[in-house]
Amino acid sequence: MDKTKAFFGTRAGIVATGAIIGILAALLQKMGNPGNMGVCVACFERDIAGALGLHRAAVVQYIRPEIIGFVIGALTAAYAFKEFRPRAGSAPIVRFFLGFFAMTGALVFLGCPWRALLRLSAGDGNAIAGLIGLAAGIAIGVTFLKNGYNLGRTQKSYASVGWILPLAMGTLLMFLLLAPQMGDNGQSGPIFFSAKGPGALHAPIAVSLLIGLIIGFIAQRTRFCTMGAVRDIILMRDFHLASGVLALLAGAFITNLILGQFHTGFENQPIAHTDQLWNFGGMVLAGLAFALAGGCPGRQLFLAGEGDGDAGVFVLGMIIGAGFAHNFSLASSPKGVGLYGPLAVLVGLAFCFFVGLTMREKL
Amino acid sequence: MTDSVDARGLSCPQPVILARQRMQSMGRGVFEVKVDTDTARENITRLAQKEGWDVEIREAGREYVLVLTRG
Repeated sequence: MDKTKAFFGTRAGIVATGAIIGILAALLQKMGNPGNMGVCVACFERDIAGALGLHRAAVVQYIRPEIIGFVIGALTAAYAFKEFRPRAGSAPIVRFFLGFFAMTGALVFLGCPWRALLRLSAGDGNAIAGLIGLAAGIAIGVTFLKNGYNLGRTQKSYASVGWILPLAMGTLLMFLLLAPQMGDNGQSGPIFFSAKGPGALHAPIAVSLLIGLIIGFIAQRTRFCTMGAVRDIILMRDFHLASGVLALLAGAFITNLILGQFHTGFENQPIAHTDQLWNFGGMVLAGLAFALAGGCPGRQLFLAGEGDGDAGVFVLGMIIGAGFAHNFSLASSPKGVGLYGPLAVLVGLAFCFFVGLTMREKL
Repeated sequence: MTDSVDARGLSCPQPVILARQRMQSMGRGVFEVKVDTDTARENITRLAQKEGWDVEIREAGREYVLVLTRG
């Protein structure tokens, strides 16, 4: 066990994790997930929001087993390696809205950092503006961090606190399995499943869940985080996490090449738009919100799995944010940016600056 | 009495930032950092070793005290 534990902390461990995520994501697409969306934490939480009826975008409604797997896989790893640490109480309402606006930004771009990498690995040039925006947003976040920004200390808490989000994920799994019996085959609620569009595209449930569990397990062990990768380079020239991110890109790129999923260009890329200003702008907001909250959307799920109740609140903020993003025409679509998307990005940035500038109590 | 940095309850990357600030302001010597997550323990250890500090890890219940030394 100790040897295994040590491996995960090494450069080889984080590289292996990134490569495995990249390969499995490309395989998930091959097995049915939407284009360049083998895994996308933001998109998948948005699909979950839709499946629960929190928004009415009929093409993006499905309970994604990968998300459930991420949390339960991380929970399993945390228990296996005695790292389950139930904790909460570090500015939860702020984290909720950071999650909310992170989702807003991600849906203006159309993807979380993982999907930005997957899109790039499949030849989607529009991902470049998104990734530059992501790095810019994180760089702004680092400036706040350097000036003393922090969300305050968490408190140790009851084990139950750490169990709430995993239990909610278990409930979602039950809804996923029971939905066909609950209404008109998932078309009329209470659980909604897309009949067409990205929400209707998915790998078999068991495969998605298993891959989610694997990724959740190894990512909890290695602390894989796309936001942290960029932040650590800017903040202290540390390339540990970045090597994992590059491995994800490489793993997905090679697998996409092998599977014939690599198509270069800007036009007609799957679930993507070509408005580069807002590909950039959306991810500036998302990157800044992730930096202020201390983790990318994937990392927040893994933290929630290891007992961090505040990370769980961030996740809930993202899911509710997805509901608003579609109900308020903030989310983009392949046709272009949503009517109020740009305005929402500006509001989100204003919120992040408000938080970043005012929460600077000296520790 | 060894200088001490209390990074318990702080989320990533605050513990590392605090430890790094102390390393930079001291230059050399001994100080300890209290943390309560394995992530913080690993990150501080990795950074400190890269910056030429020795790290001794003491477990205290479910928390850790990292003793950083540079001669």
